[in-house]
Amino acid sequence: MAVDLELIRQMGQHMATTVPQAAALGFRFVSVDRARGTLEVPWREDLVGDPGTGVIAGGVVTSLLDHVCGLAVSAAADTVPFGTATLDLRIDYMRPAAPRAGVTAEAHCYKITRSVAFVRAQAWDADPADPIATAQAAFMLNRG
Amino acid sequence: MSQPDPAQRLEGFLQRVPYIRFLGMQAELDGEAMTAILPFAPHLVGNTMIPALHGGVIGAFLEATALTQLWVSQGSGKLAKTIDITVEYLRPGRAMTTYARADLRKVGRRVANVHVEAWQDSREAPVAFLHGHFLLSGD
Repeated sequence: MAVDLELIRQMGQHMATTVPQAAALGFRFVSVDRARGTLEVPWREDLVGDPGTGVIAGGVVTSLLDHVCGLAVSAAADTVPFGTATLDLRIDYMRPAAPRAGVTAEAHCYKITRSVAFVRAQAWDADPADPIATAQAAFMLNRG
Repeated sequence: MSQPDPAQRLEGFLQRVPYIRFLGMQAELDGEAMTAILPFAPHLVGNTMIPALHGGVIGAFLEATALTQLWVSQGSGKLAKTIDITVEYLRPGRAMTTYARADLRKVGRRVANVHVEAWQDSREAPVAFLHGHFLLSGD
């Protein structure tokens, strides 16, 4: 029995804003759907990875992708709440983000079992069809 | 004019990158071998119940360690670009200082293969591993 979408939405907003690292990076909740979630991080001077270009750091994108993958897992679950622990996270960087651009990331949890969830995600600056990074992750589920 | 001391040069680099200051990452040099240090800070937390460092923070710290070690070893003054990284998480990063060492497995003309290991109180109990490919400067 899948959980109510409205409950997932509230949880997504909570995850995006109250987790200390997410709040420190300025994550914003965009949307959530069954097994899917989208978050964004606006550009900020102190998040720049290369002062020569003003491009947002890869590490910010890593945190955003990890976080949005966790959101998609929660949105795929048949019960909430439960904890997730990242097993592994692979990120391919297609290209740098544009200077002074924020980043949006969308994740899809395409398979969930009792113990493990599998997720794909992508991040872009302006156009979802022209991603800056794609990710693949596996999570352990800690059901309460 | 004399070359600046490598430790000062590294310190200058860490201070120049805004995101490294945001993380609060520090580093120590022993010859060319660098140990990266991430002191615990509340804004790095991803799970307040344990509490544990955010998985993204651990990945970002490992990636920054790889990039910084490449910067130290290459001496070109340019930052490598990340092509891909895989982070494997072995145990939660607890609310304490994390350390990381990068191993440059292969530095070719254009691409470097780098493995990084992170640990907290004991190097025998690693928190996470990263392996990745990095595009070297000049491309």
